[in-house]
Amino acid sequence: MKKLSKIYTGLVFLFLYAPIFVLIAYSFNESKSRSKWTGFTFDWYVKLFNNDEIIQALLNTLLIAVISCIAATVLGTAAAIGIDKMNKKLRGAVVNVTYLPILNPEIVTGVSLMLLFTFLKIEFGYTTLILAHISFGVPYVIFNVLPKLKQMDKYIYDAALDLGCSPFKAFWKVVVPEISPGIVSGALMAFTYSLDDFVISYFTSGVESQTLPIKIFSMTRRKVSPEVNALSTIIFLVTLTVLLIIYLKDSKKEKMTKVKKRGEAI
Amino acid sequence: MNQKIFSAPYLLWMLLFTIIPLGLVVFFAFTDSNGAFTLENISKVGDYASTLFKSVWLAAVSTVICLLISYPFAYIISRKKDHQKRIMVMLVMLPMWMNFLLRTYAWMTLLEKNGLINKFFGLFGLGPFEMINTQGAVVLGMVYNYIPFMILPLYSVMLKIDPRVVEAAQDLGATPSQVLMKVLLPLSWPGISTGITMVFVPAVSTFIISRMLGGGANLLIGDLIDLQFVGNSYNPNLGAAISLVLMVIMLLCMSIFNQFEENEEAALL
Repeated sequence: MKKLSKIYTGLVFLFLYAPIFVLIAYSFNESKSRSKWTGFTFDWYVKLFNNDEIIQALLNTLLIAVISCIAATVLGTAAAIGIDKMNKKLRGAVVNVTYLPILNPEIVTGVSLMLLFTFLKIEFGYTTLILAHISFGVPYVIFNVLPKLKQMDKYIYDAALDLGCSPFKAFWKVVVPEISPGIVSGALMAFTYSLDDFVISYFTSGVESQTLPIKIFSMTRRKVSPEVNALSTIIFLVTLTVLLIIYLKDSKKEKMTKVKKRGEAI
Repeated sequence: MNQKIFSAPYLLWMLLFTIIPLGLVVFFAFTDSNGAFTLENISKVGDYASTLFKSVWLAAVSTVICLLISYPFAYIISRKKDHQKRIMVMLVMLPMWMNFLLRTYAWMTLLEKNGLINKFFGLFGLGPFEMINTQGAVVLGMVYNYIPFMILPLYSVMLKIDPRVVEAAQDLGATPSQVLMKVLLPLSWPGISTGITMVFVPAVSTFIISRMLGGGANLLIGDLIDLQFVGNSYNPNLGAAISLVLMVIMLLCMSIFNQFEENEEAALL
């Protein structure tokens, strides 16, 4: 039984990783064709970094992700604080509408925003992309901050006021630190969804404002483009490194708490 | 100071970027190109019933396959030691961080006529098989792209199932299938229902996976919408009508599903 479960997990991981490893292998293939292996090369990486369009798309992606993440975090945090103070009926209504962009199929959100921008006659470009990315980021911030506000002791804000804080200072020194884990995880979600988004960007971007996923899409349409393989390899290695760092940090923390617990037990 | 005022900018934003756009979808769906009221678009959606049915069918098949693969897999991971658990969950999440276009592109290279899989079969004198541009390829693409969304919720639910409960059932004489049906399935139901929604919703409305792996012959509802807005058969009114139908079907499905879940919870209480 144990052997069987090992084989099974192995097969599932093979399914998950085989395609990725094939891409990585082909990124070093000298020949442009995928049907034969002609030799090892770094050419496709050199070509990738000399491709101005791809570099521009990467910069666009980062710029849009940073701007929309900051805007969504500010807007969403403020919204959560307000929603938390609403009466039950109003809060229910606002929360339900906020769920809509998360529950709706992405293509419907994309199409509806496209109709809006056409209707308002805003030219498709950076503005429309950033507005769209803020829109789908805000709900994630709100739903990460709201539970933190619920957990917070309602009286510490009043206590700060009683002790002579101005409302603004009380907010910064008392409320924000309490809810900051929610703000950070919400901001991170908004940021990663913005980096990764294809469908909504596809309907709201202009010719000049292509993001990396959109650029990748146009590259894959040409069927054979080893630069995509090189790009996938780089993205894979970057995410692997990030996840490994997080993993090592976590296990270090865990070891520390284990040692501490043992110490306390003694 | 009334803190409710903080939400004012967001409420305005919500009106402008959630409610009005969806209102525009409804408006376009019920008007013709001159802006006059018509039901023609909605009735035209009926012409595409076969595409709609195909989308739902392929997404349902993918969801079932995802569930069948993920259920034992999530259970196995949840019974591992802590550090193994974390490595495995990380390995499940890692492909998710690559853009889905790249993951789908990877399958294109594997499945095509002179791709690696056909080469492998060729060694034994088999094939080449026609794998790309089939419905099977679309299902494979959906399963591959969305399976982490099934594994992760199942895993987090199974973590909470006390192994002693399973042992107790076995001690009391339950057969393995009874343990599964009477203990594991009811306890993991919340994870199953989350997983099903998280796989089914994006799978029904996808339009890139079907185009990349299914060729031109396997258009899904998402492709149809895309064609009306970006493609050459530009007709935003019809596109809006199809989007509206898709949205209503999805929201109905989810509310029925949630209803079912609430009843279940009520029954348990």
